[in-house]
Amino acid sequence: MSVATFLTRTHGRHRLDWTDWLSYAYLCAGLVAMFAPVLWLVMSSLKTESAISQFPPTFLPYTQQSVQVAGHDKPLPLFMTRDSQGNMRVMAQVRRIGIMATMVDPANPATEIRVNIDDRKPVTELKFALNNYTDLFGKFSFGRYLWNSVFITVVATLLTLLINSMAAFALSKYQFRGQRAVFLLIIATLMIPPTIILVPVFLVINSVGLLNSLWGVILPAIATPTGVFLLRQYMLTIPDELLEAARMDHASEWRIYWRIMLPLTAPALAVLAIFSVMWRWNDFLLPLIVLSRSEFFTLQLALNSFQGELHTQWNYLLAMTVITLIPITFVFAFLQKYITTGIASAGVK
Amino acid sequence: MATLELANVVKRFDKTTILHGIDLAVRHGEFVVFVGPSGCGKSTLLRVIAGLEAPSAGAILIDGQNVNAVSAAQRGCAMVFQSYALYPHMTVYDNMAFGLENSGMARTQIQAKVAAAATLLRLDELLTRKPTQLSGGQRQRVAIGRAIVREPKLFLFDEPLSNLDAELRVSMRAEIRDLHARLGATMVYVTHDQVEAMTMADTIVVLRAGRVEQVGAPLDLYNTPVNTFVAGFIGSPRMNFLPVALLPSQDHASLPIPFGTHTIGLRPEHAVIGTDGPLVMHVAQVEQLGSTSLLHGAVGLDTPFEMVCNGQTTIAGGDTVRLALPAQHLHCFDKDGLRL
Repeated sequence: MSVATFLTRTHGRHRLDWTDWLSYAYLCAGLVAMFAPVLWLVMSSLKTESAISQFPPTFLPYTQQSVQVAGHDKPLPLFMTRDSQGNMRVMAQVRRIGIMATMVDPANPATEIRVNIDDRKPVTELKFALNNYTDLFGKFSFGRYLWNSVFITVVATLLTLLINSMAAFALSKYQFRGQRAVFLLIIATLMIPPTIILVPVFLVINSVGLLNSLWGVILPAIATPTGVFLLRQYMLTIPDELLEAARMDHASEWRIYWRIMLPLTAPALAVLAIFSVMWRWNDFLLPLIVLSRSEFFTLQLALNSFQGELHTQWNYLLAMTVITLIPITFVFAFLQKYITTGIASAGVK
Repeated sequence: MATLELANVVKRFDKTTILHGIDLAVRHGEFVVFVGPSGCGKSTLLRVIAGLEAPSAGAILIDGQNVNAVSAAQRGCAMVFQSYALYPHMTVYDNMAFGLENSGMARTQIQAKVAAAATLLRLDELLTRKPTQLSGGQRQRVAIGRAIVREPKLFLFDEPLSNLDAELRVSMRAEIRDLHARLGATMVYVTHDQVEAMTMADTIVVLRAGRVEQVGAPLDLYNTPVNTFVAGFIGSPRMNFLPVALLPSQDHASLPIPFGTHTIGLRPEHAVIGTDGPLVMHVAQVEQLGSTSLLHGAVGLDTPFEMVCNGQTTIAGGDTVRLALPAQHLHCFDKDGLRL
């Protein structure tokens, strides 16, 4: 089925049923509520610093045009002015005092005219301030922060998948004394909020000397109860006969795990990988306490440090926010079918 | 190629005893079929032999060696599962090569062995396919191929044909027999289908509730079942059982019925319609199969009775017929159901 026919499907055969109106209205409202802030963020990240603070705000990144006028060092902003006869003219503003602005004609800079500010309107043009993005890579060791974030996310996700799947394999496919107790204990840790254990975690990281090391962020979080639970539930659905067949086929337990279990758990692993990428990429609290030197900052920490006490460079902050959103967006766009199938088959609501 | 011996094998799950002391000896190259109703422990027994379950007591000897402490991987058995248990993410080739890879065989050798097995089972065209792209019969052949590439001492089959349709089952039956003849390997085969047991086995082991009821060649079991259970289980349609009290007393003398007989067994195909027979059968239903006809009905008040007539019959439901009892085909059992 093509995308178009899928999107335009209706309940009524030939015309729109009232349920169609209702569902389309609901979906549109949801789209606006969820997507509008993101869209606004992206558009604002393309505005210049002055356009961001402009009131009233505009959706598109309009910037006031300026022109180089002889006799002035800086480019002057252009305005559409109306003189006493009602003629419209484009003029450059030299200065403004109170409600009166001093303007010159760019073609004839010698004569200055005084105009009431109510009689002038800025001349704007659509201009995408891409330098918000390009500047990032030159300034603020942005590349360093990006690398730190990517390293932590990738390594922590790989380790999470490995550790959690091994635990889930043992809990789902081996019978041993205390199996249920161990499983319940793991699940029970879900009830402890991460903020409660923040201080103990910090003390442990400190005493093993991982403070201001990326491993100090990676290692404490690789064993997740959610991941163990998700994978265990999925592995329970893999028939024991496959393992028995592999055992009859001379396979060692490690090979059964590596060659049989892991490939068959792929849908659930994909779900966990997505979750793990999101958790690690968006993680703020743990990096904040572990990483205090700026060369180890992740993007989230850098974003935080951007927000100065007195002055915030919003254009850079917004551009950086957009960049931090991109990986998560891609993960969702391309892997969402794994999320739904994986969650459905893992029996997790 | 191996011998297999079971000595007093017992299996308990918690407090439930599944196998009550099984003794059995399987010769070199023999095709043994375990048959019995569901829940009789035949699959458990096979899994104990394979090493997938540990026996609670008793010993398993392969080639005279006690293998109780040997893991499933090291026993040198190969097993074909009811669900085939093919690895769904691997191709047919990888499925068959997996066992060889695990034992560290060289790649070229693996290729040669898989190719030979594929030719034997006519799987050459399918080697690059995944199991989901195969039909039931093809999957079955891959499962068998996976077993034979390893050249095991002992083949174990756990109801391998029960997921196939009737026609395929008949042809696969012949293929497995044929394979046994070519490989000459010892095979143990579990089924609940007595027709499979009769057609394939050198030796049939009839199991009931974790006990061996009778061991013997198919026709021995058919001709001289040791008790009413075996008599009823082997043969289709199943044997009729008549309380001896149903017979008019003057017939006791004319028929070879020993003292102490409680039940008389007569197979449906041996019952004969005779005008002066001692029993009257009320026919309830007639199934016309063309070459034979199957009569369902009752003898006496409510003792169910079936008989098979050759050819097509004019007898219809509601009729009554007199039955003659051919002396040479009567099976006599005492009140405990044991053969006299």
